[in-house]
Amino acid sequence: MSAVISENRAFFNQLRKYYTVYTGGFLAFVIALAIAEQMGMSRQWIGYWFLFATIGLYAMIGIMSRTVDATEYYVAGRRVPAFFNGMATGADWMSAASFIGMAGTLYLSGFDGLAFVMGWTGGYVLVALFLAPYLRKFGQFTIPDFLGARYGGNIVRSIGIFSAILCSFTYVVAQIYGVGIITSRFTGLEFGIGVFVGLGGILVCSFLGGMRAVTWTQVAQYIILIIAYLTPVVWLGVKHTGIPIPQFAYGATLQKIGELEKKITADPKEVEARKLAKAAGDEAKAAPKDIAKATAARKELLEKKLAEAKAASQPAHVVKSIEDALAYWPSDTEKAAGFFAGRANLAANANPPRPHAEPFAGKDEQARDIARRNFLGIVFCMMFGTAALPHILMRYYTTTSVRQARISVFWSLFFIFLLYFTAPCLAVLAKFDVYSNLVGSQYAQLPAWAAAWRLVDPTLLTITDLNFDGIVQLAEIAIGGDIIVLATPEIAGLPYVVSGLVAAGGLAAALSTADGLLLTIANALGHDLYYKMIAPSAPTARRVAVSKGLLLVVAVIAAWVTSYKPGNILFLVGAAFSLAASAFFPALVLGVFWKRANKWGAITGMVAGLGTCMYYMSVTYPFLRDLFGVTAPIASYQWFGMNAISAGVFGVPIGLVTIWIVSLLTPAPDRQVQELVDHVRYPVLVGDIETRGT
Amino acid sequence: MQLTEKHRQYWHKNLVITTILMIVWFIATFVVGWYARELNGTTILGFPLGFYMAAQGSLIIYVVIIFIYARYMNALDTTYGVQEGDDQ
Repeated sequence: MSAVISENRAFFNQLRKYYTVYTGGFLAFVIALAIAEQMGMSRQWIGYWFLFATIGLYAMIGIMSRTVDATEYYVAGRRVPAFFNGMATGADWMSAASFIGMAGTLYLSGFDGLAFVMGWTGGYVLVALFLAPYLRKFGQFTIPDFLGARYGGNIVRSIGIFSAILCSFTYVVAQIYGVGIITSRFTGLEFGIGVFVGLGGILVCSFLGGMRAVTWTQVAQYIILIIAYLTPVVWLGVKHTGIPIPQFAYGATLQKIGELEKKITADPKEVEARKLAKAAGDEAKAAPKDIAKATAARKELLEKKLAEAKAASQPAHVVKSIEDALAYWPSDTEKAAGFFAGRANLAANANPPRPHAEPFAGKDEQARDIARRNFLGIVFCMMFGTAALPHILMRYYTTTSVRQARISVFWSLFFIFLLYFTAPCLAVLAKFDVYSNLVGSQYAQLPAWAAAWRLVDPTLLTITDLNFDGIVQLAEIAIGGDIIVLATPEIAGLPYVVSGLVAAGGLAAALSTADGLLLTIANALGHDLYYKMIAPSAPTARRVAVSKGLLLVVAVIAAWVTSYKPGNILFLVGAAFSLAASAFFPALVLGVFWKRANKWGAITGMVAGLGTCMYYMSVTYPFLRDLFGVTAPIASYQWFGMNAISAGVFGVPIGLVTIWIVSLLTPAPDRQVQELVDHVRYPVLVGDIETRGT
Repeated sequence: MQLTEKHRQYWHKNLVITTILMIVWFIATFVVGWYARELNGTTILGFPLGFYMAAQGSLIIYVVIIFIYARYMNALDTTYGVQEGDDQ
């Protein structure tokens, strides 16, 4: 026994040594590129270096971790120390949406965006208290494994397989999309090529070594993503608060934003710009019908204004701003389409800025009440979804013991917390910079980052002089959320190498999540469907080979779907959480905590939960309504005014109640199942049964 | 496999700590969320309290809940003799 202890200890120390060297090596690499940049290396080459060096690194770890052993392939040999499993879970968890999108959502929606911050962290309490230790004791390979063993028969397992694939696939498409965006933005490769480069990156991590390879690359990816996220924020924090841990000090900045908001709301120039913003936005929305005409009309207006300004001998900066607007005129229809897409976002500026820290803004008490319900609804769904997404739960099969599984959830949340408590801080610091430095500056002398990004992509940043006074008003700025993280290094005045680092971090976040998801889908098919249901006598080598083959197939299908650029990525991610919560959470938790829960309860409960959730989405979400030809107004289908993304609010309780009622109406499960429940409840039992998978 | 009285006590204690921590979780999440507007009237560390809790305070409580649970249960395993041997 003590031999095992010292073996685990030695393994931990070895890992610590490896990853310390790795982190040092990575920092040295960044410093070397920083020096190269000073000596004149081009931005594009810095982008390439970050892209290919990091993917090469992951590939190396992936190849070194290759395996044909089932326990190694499916659960990394069950010897991942809690600390490192925590890091791997962090990377598995934090997707492109968390890394790039979260701070932007918080910038745009203020307090209400915090629903995601709370939901995506608080869910780990449910994982820790209700699932991780029990799944670890059960100790097989997948979540359908547990459902199949606890409730018996292939029906429950099949529903599990279907649900696992449904929510993981929706989620993985969003990740591959993120990979495509990042690679194309930072290297200039085309989106489609970016997707396939990224796909290569995902496959080298998971194809040869399954969970074992994914685990060790995810640890490496976590280190890169957290360095990439924190570096620019610390810098920006020093700039605005004078403290290198701005997470604890941005309260003062938040107060200053509150004062600026009041000033901006009352400023007559802003009032004027807000009136014009609505008209400009609506005009731009109509532009795609006849781009050429809209472009010509806009150009004519600018030329007229220029002539007027010159005739009235307006100050030089006013004339210069109109001249600049004409100089940067979109050269072709595609650019013009982007130009108008960016301007269309101005319509939202018709209202004065919402106080950043104010919860549940609304025009009257009823609107505020609905906003509050939806806030809590999102929190609920994100939390229960966290505690039901198979790619996360799977990670707790890989620890050495039940004790380690419990500690591992703590490390997981700790590592996730580092990023999630930084995101609201970043949003506030960026907002302060925009409100105090960008607003009020002259168009002829915009801050460098704003001048650069407005040319890169108008949907990320559009600044346009609506009232022709040559000065930037807040109502003249339309921001796309993703820019907050992407432009932070430049806002903070850091060299380009840090922007490259941020891109590498975003890539690491997207790749690591995609790895975990693809593995979940491939294992649901290769392990649960093929081995457990079709060919139970298949030898180990063939099982692993089938899983690897399926991984390749699923990856290609996912990339193919992604190349169609399905819209509404954020909704897809949210939907995955609601679906997972409704399908899995009730059956998993009652499976451990209520011995009386039986097969028929689980079958009907999972179907009812998932069905309710899917029904609610299909009648309240515009895209699905169109698909199913639902025409009656959304409000007539809504229950308690909840939005489609929070459908799990209904799915989870209906699932729980259905399992409860149907289980009581049908015979109690047999003795074997009772023994299984006792087995998972106690880390060690005398005369215990054995469920570990091999 | 026969469960002894000691085993039942162990499971009962697990349920008690789980319930207590879930109540804390519920307050930190839903009660704090529900009253966020009212809480914003108070200021803490320069933040309006409602904002602070949703952006940081509740998150810290979650981390602490999981830490306490892991410590408590790992100790409980040893007290009730159901701890695993092959561990560091």
